[in-house]
Amino acid sequence: MINLIFLVPFFPLLGFLINGLFRRSLSKNTISIIGSGVVLLSFIISIILFFDVKNNGGIVVHYFDFIDTESFQIPFAFQVDQLSVIFLLIITGVGFLIHLYSTSYMHAEPTEHFGRYFSYLNLFVFSMLLLVLGANYVVMFIGWEGVGLCSYLLIGFWFKNDSYNYAATKAFVMNRIGDLGFLLAIFWILNKLGTATYTEVFEQASALSPPDVTAITLLLFVGAVGKSAQIPLYTWLPDAMAGPTPVSALIHAATMVTAGIYMIARSNALYSLSHLSRDVVAIVGLTTAILAATIALYQNDFKKVLAYSTVSQLGFMFLALGVGAYTTGVFHVMTHAFFKALLFLAAGSVIHAMNGEQDITKMGGLRKKLPVTYFTFLIGVLAISGFPFTSGFISKDEILIATYTHSRVLFWFASFAAVLTAIYMFRLLMLVFYGGFRGTPEQEHHLHESPLAMTVPLIVLAILSAVGGFVQLPEAFGGHHYLNDFLSPVVPASVPEGAHVAVKEYYLLAGTAVGLIIIALLANKLFAVKKFAGVYTGFKKILADKWYIDELYNSIIVKPLNSIAGFLNTVIDKSIIDGIVNGTGRFVNYSARQLRLLQSGQVGNYILFMVLSITVLFLVFWNQEIILAFLQKIF
Amino acid sequence: MPIQYYIALAACLFCIGVVGVVTRRNAIIIFMCIELMLNAVNLLLVAFSKMHYNSALAVNTNTNAGIEAQVFVFFIMVVAAAEVSVGLAIIVMMYRNVHSVDINFLNRLKN
Amino acid sequence: MSITEILFWFLSVLALFSAIMVLISKNPVHSVLWLIIVFFTISGHYLLLNAQFLAIVNIIVYAGAIMVLFLFVIMLMNLNVETERQRNIWMKFFGVISGGLLLWIFISASRSATDISEKNILMGQGNIGLIQDLGKVLFREYALPFEISSVLFLSAMVGAVVIGKKE
Repeated sequence: MINLIFLVPFFPLLGFLINGLFRRSLSKNTISIIGSGVVLLSFIISIILFFDVKNNGGIVVHYFDFIDTESFQIPFAFQVDQLSVIFLLIITGVGFLIHLYSTSYMHAEPTEHFGRYFSYLNLFVFSMLLLVLGANYVVMFIGWEGVGLCSYLLIGFWFKNDSYNYAATKAFVMNRIGDLGFLLAIFWILNKLGTATYTEVFEQASALSPPDVTAITLLLFVGAVGKSAQIPLYTWLPDAMAGPTPVSALIHAATMVTAGIYMIARSNALYSLSHLSRDVVAIVGLTTAILAATIALYQNDFKKVLAYSTVSQLGFMFLALGVGAYTTGVFHVMTHAFFKALLFLAAGSVIHAMNGEQDITKMGGLRKKLPVTYFTFLIGVLAISGFPFTSGFISKDEILIATYTHSRVLFWFASFAAVLTAIYMFRLLMLVFYGGFRGTPEQEHHLHESPLAMTVPLIVLAILSAVGGFVQLPEAFGGHHYLNDFLSPVVPASVPEGAHVAVKEYYLLAGTAVGLIIIALLANKLFAVKKFAGVYTGFKKILADKWYIDELYNSIIVKPLNSIAGFLNTVIDKSIIDGIVNGTGRFVNYSARQLRLLQSGQVGNYILFMVLSITVLFLVFWNQEIILAFLQKIF
Repeated sequence: MPIQYYIALAACLFCIGVVGVVTRRNAIIIFMCIELMLNAVNLLLVAFSKMHYNSALAVNTNTNAGIEAQVFVFFIMVVAAAEVSVGLAIIVMMYRNVHSVDINFLNRLKN
Repeated sequence: MSITEILFWFLSVLALFSAIMVLISKNPVHSVLWLIIVFFTISGHYLLLNAQFLAIVNIIVYAGAIMVLFLFVIMLMNLNVETERQRNIWMKFFGVISGGLLLWIFISASRSATDISEKNILMGQGNIGLIQDLGKVLFREYALPFEISSVLFLSAMVGAVVIGKKE
């Protein structure tokens, strides 16, 4: 089994190289088969690894010394244990479905760009696998940066559009801010412990002083905030919708944004030592969940709604991590991967059918034209809203219970966010699939169900979204926490059990069922309409304009930076530095023009200078002792 | 006769040649001054040859010391003859092109 | 004062005077003639030093061949009348100054050189300047350079012809 581990990231890397290098010569079909096939192979190996880990426990495989210095060693090693293998399954499994879907979705692209697309996707999967498999923070950081790079490349995939490039740059810069935090955390750990390997760090964690732990965990969290799009660095994620839809699915579901969750779950031994950090994580997560949910309420762009819902769900995950329910956070990552990939791919299917139109005010009544998409999307909506016994219900329910046992206040806020989730998702469902079609007649004529390569992943994901939660069904409903048991060697389970919890579970079940039906009916009445303007006033407009956060950032960060840069450009660079450089040039020029007069071009002058020089040389030669003594006095 | 006399004579001739090269503008005169300098050097070489011979004679009456210098002078004359033939050809060439032997016309190096 | 010394001083003064005349005469033909006198005085010095072969060669090559060549060229160009514009006075001034400095350097160098201060020159005697001795050395030890110098002449001749050729 050990020998197989390196194959998991190796296959996507191979796919990246083949597709990247030979994209001009390979046909689209070959590219598709290579691109998807390598991820499928990784998935198969991940399954084998999963069963191996299930039976034999985790292992660390050391490959070579990456950095070897006097004071610390950083090996290049992979750690396969319960936590990473779960992520392997999510990344490669959902990733494979997205690849499969892409083969059809991106088919209209020219072959060269098609190959580029798949090579990026494979590199993305490779980086994410590296991130998850690394046995120390440094290897994780390599993958972490790789993921950031790939997100930049993929968001800016259609690089001819300036605003897309801007979105890509924004994502990259936002990620860099987080990366800095992560990097500082790594340095801090290396400085204090002299190692970055997980097992050693967690063993020695108790030796760290409380301020150190708090600083490290907070810095790690800064990294997670950047990568997982939390307040205040979340604004890149909605803009990341500039990329092709399957890329959004990949970023939001299988890779990238879950990296932050993974890192904190991985570092749970550190976080359990710092209450302050955990509280910060929980509060930031909850605030993000609510804020993003409110923004999602009034968005008119199909993918933006989903993007904000991702931000919101990530907030839930951080909430779970913050209240100490690490396994629950991981569980929600898993279920979220299923239903968010499903929702995005379904959105892609709709956009594909609408010929690139993303504005939901132009859609409506697509239920009959796109039955498979509709049905799978419905399951996705039910799952994300937490309809009883769907995967989303079980995971979110677990988060709420964990929050409840931690703090009542947080619980009520979290419930509020969950209700908002249901509202905006049903609004989206109604606007897109119910009511009457609001687009142009040509678009209506063009509507069609997507091909098999796109619907099959949808169906698979829909099934997973519906039943994927049963691995963690609460005991109140006759289930068992299989995932918790599985993860227990790496991540301590913290799901409260007992009679009073069971009662709460029943309340929640009833509450969500009733609440969802009411919301669905209301949404049906409000949004399943023939005419929908999508124009808002007053407070709604503030929400539709995303609380003006982007504008705020622009005015307090981007603009001052720009003006400082402008100042540096005009004053420091242009006048001072350029002045020095140009002044040197001008001085040389001037002196050259003066010295040129010596070169009269007349042979006699040259001979004259030669004779004089000989004289001087002789004089210097005879008096060298005096001259040397004189020079010594000067210098 | 002390060697210094000959050194002084050769140095004087040489410096007169130098002054001529620097101050005159006629290429042929400059060329002649160069010949003058060459001859000054030749004279000095022969003088040193005899000085060397004189020193060696005190040890061995049958000595041949210093003869290389005279061979050297002979070769200098050979080279000078060759040089003059080429140099004068160049001057003729120059005169044919610019109708003057004034070296101030040869200041193309300036630009 | 022996006859040798008298001859030495006479030839030296004549050589210097003629050299200066080469410099200051305005007509190039006069310069050539003064230069020929310089060469004759130098040949006289060679005779004083008993370097008979070099004295003869000097007269044949320099005074005979080279100076005739100069004269030919000058007359060919019709330069025997004064046409040369003079350099400006500063150039002359500096030229003389620098020449004087160089002379001063040479003289002081020779005066300060201790290993030759006591040395004398053997005047009017010695075999090394004779054709017999010089010829032996030249054709035994310096046979190869001697032959190579003929190649040099050949190339100089080719060069002169090529340069002088009208294109």
